Amino acid sequence: MIIKQLSVFLENKSGRLNEVTEILEKAGINISALSVADTSDYGILRMVVSNPDLALKILKENRFSVSLTDVLCICIPNKIGSLSKTINILSKENISIDYVYAFSMNDKALAVLRTEDIQKGIDVLKEHDTEVLDADDIYGI
Amino acid sequence: MIWNETIECMDREEMRELQSKRLSDTVSRVYHNVPFYRKKMQSMGVYPEDIESIDDLSKLPFTTKQDLRDNYPFGIFSVPMGEIVRVHASSGTTGKPTVVGYTRRDIAMWSEIVARALSCAGASRDDFIQIAYGYGLFTGGLGLHYGGEKLGATVIPISGGNTQKQLQLMADFKTTVLACTPSYALYLAETLEDAGMTADDINLRVGIFGAEPWTPSMRKEIENKLGIKAMDIYGLSEVMGPGVACDCEYQDGLHINEDHFVPEIIDPVTLKPLPAGSEGELVFTTITKEGMPLLRYRTRDLTSLNYEKCKCGRTLVRMNKCTGRSDDMLIIRGVNVFPSQIESVLLEMSETKPHYLLIVDRINNLDVLEVWVEIEDQFFSDKISMFEQLSKKIKHKIESTLGISVKIKLVEPKTIERSEGKSKRVIDKRKL
Repeated sequence: MIIKQLSVFLENKSGRLNEVTEILEKAGINISALSVADTSDYGILRMVVSNPDLALKILKENRFSVSLTDVLCICIPNKIGSLSKTINILSKENISIDYVYAFSMNDKALAVLRTEDIQKGIDVLKEHDTEVLDADDIYGI
Repeated sequence: MIWNETIECMDREEMRELQSKRLSDTVSRVYHNVPFYRKKMQSMGVYPEDIESIDDLSKLPFTTKQDLRDNYPFGIFSVPMGEIVRVHASSGTTGKPTVVGYTRRDIAMWSEIVARALSCAGASRDDFIQIAYGYGLFTGGLGLHYGGEKLGATVIPISGGNTQKQLQLMADFKTTVLACTPSYALYLAETLEDAGMTADDINLRVGIFGAEPWTPSMRKEIENKLGIKAMDIYGLSEVMGPGVACDCEYQDGLHINEDHFVPEIIDPVTLKPLPAGSEGELVFTTITKEGMPLLRYRTRDLTSLNYEKCKCGRTLVRMNKCTGRSDDMLIIRGVNVFPSQIESVLLEMSETKPHYLLIVDRINNLDVLEVWVEIEDQFFSDKISMFEQLSKKIKHKIESTLGISVKIKLVEPKTIERSEGKSKRVIDKRKL
């Protein structure tokens, strides 16, 4: 259930994100989810991709600062209050969220979460009947 | 007005004789009193009797800043400590500062040369001199202070900083002469503008600016904004402090007080003296100092000398504005910074690579130092907070080493240019 997210350090220079996406394209790697956290000098690109180990290797070969980070992904109904309910579960168990990126479409919503203790996060959510996706489900999306 | 016409307008041949006599006295004193110099001279096979005139200067050993550090704190003093009435220390923040000591006569001589410099720059006993150089271990404040008093002017010992108060006193006291670093002068000018005032609201006439390099365009800007004549004063604590040389009204080179400090220009690579007029590294031999006389002290400043008589009537040799340094030292907000200091901080930290780039700029008339640092791959994280903490840690370490504030920019690994030879570590955008 642990998903390997690629985290890439990007300086704020034009064309830098494009270089990453092109490298992945050439290697036949699909990007399932992506977010960029930015500061004035640099950003951190976070991605869930179809083949994280290969992506790590080729980005390293291309001299990017990149690492794999454990995250989890939930699938919840796309309706009012469902995200609130999920976050409430984690909050009650004192599991803090470092960051999250999410998107909804039709009747489903997907959210990638980085919690302090990923396995504990997964366990708690499952106990409360939240759908936590398998890595294979995500990499293939 | 010429403060000491006998000396400042002395016939060049007479000056040579005076220098030669004083030089051989100095050499004999340091040979007998300072083991450091005795050993150096013995190892070169040079003895006091070999030095008869300033033509023999090139037989003498050089002295470097490192020599002063190696003999920290008082190893190069030439008199018993009982004779020393004051010490100053350089802003050098690498480990040990360089310490200089003055006897009562040295302080008197220093006051005399600063009085000459102030007079040369156009000040007189009728002036109010506001000294906005820092008072303390730095030679700027006290150096100007005693010279101002010797001149007979009214000295306002306000020291550096406290800009609002500076302007208030300047207006209330009708200050006529301002002494500080050129960048602080510009900052004062801007604060004046911000307060809705102009040069007409203050009484300044002359500025005595030094302790850091500045450009002719900066001079023009200061002159326009403050409505003054901006004069360059040169000095370094190892040699004496401010007043070693100063601009006259023609602003065409700084007159060196060469009856106390004999200048030479050498090739910084071969260390051979260069013919008059050539540009090279400026070297000083002090010939009257008692506390800490120095033989052929390498200033690392690059300039040239002009021995022609000046339109102002002075015959004292003039040094042109310094064009750079023969080492990689930077002067940032008056503080000496060596890139190697930053390198050693980065080497101590496991999170960073010792690859860095220093970007120096002048923003709103204040020097700004930005340090670009590469992070070790293994410390790469997906969290912004980790980068922020790391950035803070590097900032803190560098600041406590250098003593000035810096901005840290984290960059991608391997993006700072590598080179086989001497790498480009510094980009100085101040265009000095």
